[in-house]
Amino acid sequence: MNATTQLTAADFKSDVKPIWCPGCGDYAVLSAVTKALADLGKPREDIAFVSGIGCSSRIPAYTNVYGFHGVHGRALAIAAGVKLARPDLTVLAAGGDGDGLSIGGNHFMHACRRNVDMTYIVMDNQVYGMTKGQASPTTAPDWCNSKLTPEGTGISPVEPARLALASGANFIARGFAGNLNDVARLIVEGINHPGFSFIHILSPCVTYRPEQREWKNAVHPSADASPAQLVAEAMHRLAADDGYTTGVLFAGNRPPFMPERKEKATFADIEKKFVS
Amino acid sequence: MAAYSVSVALTGSGGAGAMTAGQILLDAASKAGYYGLMTRSMGPQIRGGEAAALLRISTKPISSLDDYYDVLVAFDWGNISRFAAELPLSKSSIVICDPEQGEVPEPIAQYGAQAAALPMKEIAGSVPGGRANMVGLGAAATLIGLPIEAVIQVLTAQLGRKGEEVLAASTAALRAGAEAAKALPAAAQLPATKHDGAERWNISGNEAAGLGALKGGIKFVAAYPITPATEVLEWLAPALDKTGGALVQAEDELASINMVIGGSFAGLPSLTATSGPGLALMTESLGLAVASETPLVLVDVMRGGPSTGIPTKSEQSDLNIAVYGLHGDAPHVVVAPTSIVDCLFTTQWAVYLAEALQTPALVLSDQAMGQSRNIVPKPAAVPYTAKRLVAEGTLEAYKRYALTESGVSPMAIPGTPGGQYVADGLEHNERGTPSSQASDHQSQMDKRFDKLTNFDYGNHWADIEGEGEIAILTWGAITGPVQEAIERAAEQGIKAKLISLRLILPASPEKMAEALKGVKKVLIVEQTHGQQFAKFLRAHYDLPQMAVVNRPGPLPIRPAEIVNRLLAWK
Repeated sequence: MNATTQLTAADFKSDVKPIWCPGCGDYAVLSAVTKALADLGKPREDIAFVSGIGCSSRIPAYTNVYGFHGVHGRALAIAAGVKLARPDLTVLAAGGDGDGLSIGGNHFMHACRRNVDMTYIVMDNQVYGMTKGQASPTTAPDWCNSKLTPEGTGISPVEPARLALASGANFIARGFAGNLNDVARLIVEGINHPGFSFIHILSPCVTYRPEQREWKNAVHPSADASPAQLVAEAMHRLAADDGYTTGVLFAGNRPPFMPERKEKATFADIEKKFVS
Repeated sequence: MAAYSVSVALTGSGGAGAMTAGQILLDAASKAGYYGLMTRSMGPQIRGGEAAALLRISTKPISSLDDYYDVLVAFDWGNISRFAAELPLSKSSIVICDPEQGEVPEPIAQYGAQAAALPMKEIAGSVPGGRANMVGLGAAATLIGLPIEAVIQVLTAQLGRKGEEVLAASTAALRAGAEAAKALPAAAQLPATKHDGAERWNISGNEAAGLGALKGGIKFVAAYPITPATEVLEWLAPALDKTGGALVQAEDELASINMVIGGSFAGLPSLTATSGPGLALMTESLGLAVASETPLVLVDVMRGGPSTGIPTKSEQSDLNIAVYGLHGDAPHVVVAPTSIVDCLFTTQWAVYLAEALQTPALVLSDQAMGQSRNIVPKPAAVPYTAKRLVAEGTLEAYKRYALTESGVSPMAIPGTPGGQYVADGLEHNERGTPSSQASDHQSQMDKRFDKLTNFDYGNHWADIEGEGEIAILTWGAITGPVQEAIERAAEQGIKAKLISLRLILPASPEKMAEALKGVKKVLIVEQTHGQQFAKFLRAHYDLPQMAVVNRPGPLPIRPAEIVNRLLAWK
């Protein structure tokens, strides 16, 4: 008796009210995630949604699947543990640019190369919102609106898609929160693609980065007919990219990492080695 | 020196084969019916550093080194000043050294032991393919009265697969050493013994911890290599593979502990192992496991600290961080094995406790137990395995953090319909929804404390032996030397009671009060500079008049020091 095929996006939303500011791009991402999960057609209990700390990391509580809201920067490690322990679950991780690329940067690199079959959504607003507006690793060097770095950071930002590609991610896509249906489609594609899928979503912070309202005019689909399937080709495209190209940027075919688990011996066999 | 044992140290630069010789000697002693203990002292170098195999062979089970070595076989004198302090000798000890390597250096000569020259390299050179360590091994075995046939038996089992030529060369070198030993001065002799026929094990603390984890039901391990904990992982990797589990090497300790949290949340009993620096990195996420009530086991094989400290040598100085290192009020379980073989029981018990209480359980082992080997009677099987209280069936209006009588609430495992909840490090209400309300904080905090204090830990909280008006309170690897000191003190008319704490957290004040009935004085023995254990005891227990014997690592605390302190009280 599987009634899950009839589940709608609304069935994947919880009754917890988000803490987000009015106008935050993350509302649209939440809607895109729940739409994607409804489209996927899996039972809610077979999905695990893991996050770290930050505004966007609050997202699991607003859904109706199993969730883990962990510590800052470690969402990918928890998510990998969930998937490695339970390959039958569909595993998603989500968070912001600070959580995923600053404090969690090392895990991002290794999650890309480890290629565990899971999907990672980064809601990038180029700012730390929860601590009230500091520069993040994706902030431009000359952004001066933080008291912490009044002269700007002076250091060049990370380009998440390039970093993902260089680190070995198997699927890379970029979306804009304003285009909800496109983002939902990218998430479904990411989940269905074997291995580690990275979905970079430009999700405006209207409170600390009101200028990001203009992103809707900056984003554009790729001029290329189809996603790059070779790393070299994807690198070439990303090197020339303006950071606003949306759609699937890379779809590789590296097999996912998953240790086989099978019982082959008894404790008694194992203990024999200690007999002196 | 105890009449029932002989102690032998084999030393040399890395590559000289001191460790190999030591392991063969330990195995041979076991074959001949003896019990034994072998600790190791290593320098920091990967290759070529100093190495010492420190053995004690005995007619009865032992878990302590003796006060000094009866025989020291030095293959060379490389870096001897770095670890001479770990090689105490008496005037009746014999130092076997190769004249080719020069005079006995002062740090060893100052002990006043008798030196005897044995040209090990030269003798090895006369045997085609012979090596000096086998000559030294043959001599050492013969000197202490261990039948050379037992050594050859072990050698045959170990080298058999390398071919007859290798075996013949080693056997010839061994026999040449045994022959040459006849010209050496007499050394302490092993008393005769006979194997009782009961099964015995040769096991290290790190292997025992791995086996305990496995028997407790651990199915998922994520970890990052670190000395001296790596062997726990190296042992577990193939063992988990054979028993339907999995081990993943993570990118760092932050990832290790969080992968373990994820694996446990997903339903598998999960474990990581590390040492001090790794534990420091993991403490934030240990708090997450406490708050989210996610069971996990963390084995910390302690080494000298702080910072990088002395990675290859033992100390008990992670007690404070294990007990107090988590931020916020974060009740959790800390247990400590009381011997090498007890690493098995205590780790297995830790899996049971973590799972039953839905909390992190830390196992504080140390280098002295982890990297030492012990010949022991086969450990008895115990019934402790992971039994997590889970929410089953199709759930409705499920509350993950429901307030219950015991404080433990049924945990829904992903895949359970209707059990969807969000595990959270944020304070939460019974349902798991984040909450900053005072009442939720109070009630959830009470729940997390109460579930630990309400639990029945049985009589495993401490190993208690003997009676007396004096009690010696200790823990971990120091338990062995204390047991031996109590035995020796009894011969001098001092009766003392051993209380070795296995359950460090939560504290057991009522059980301790019961154990201390009639005790007038307490001696605390620990291997820290800052008296961490004594301070912990004073914070949690009512103690009578007390004194402390403490020292940082790496020098082990030896039975005579403890006996002397007891005598001073007489």
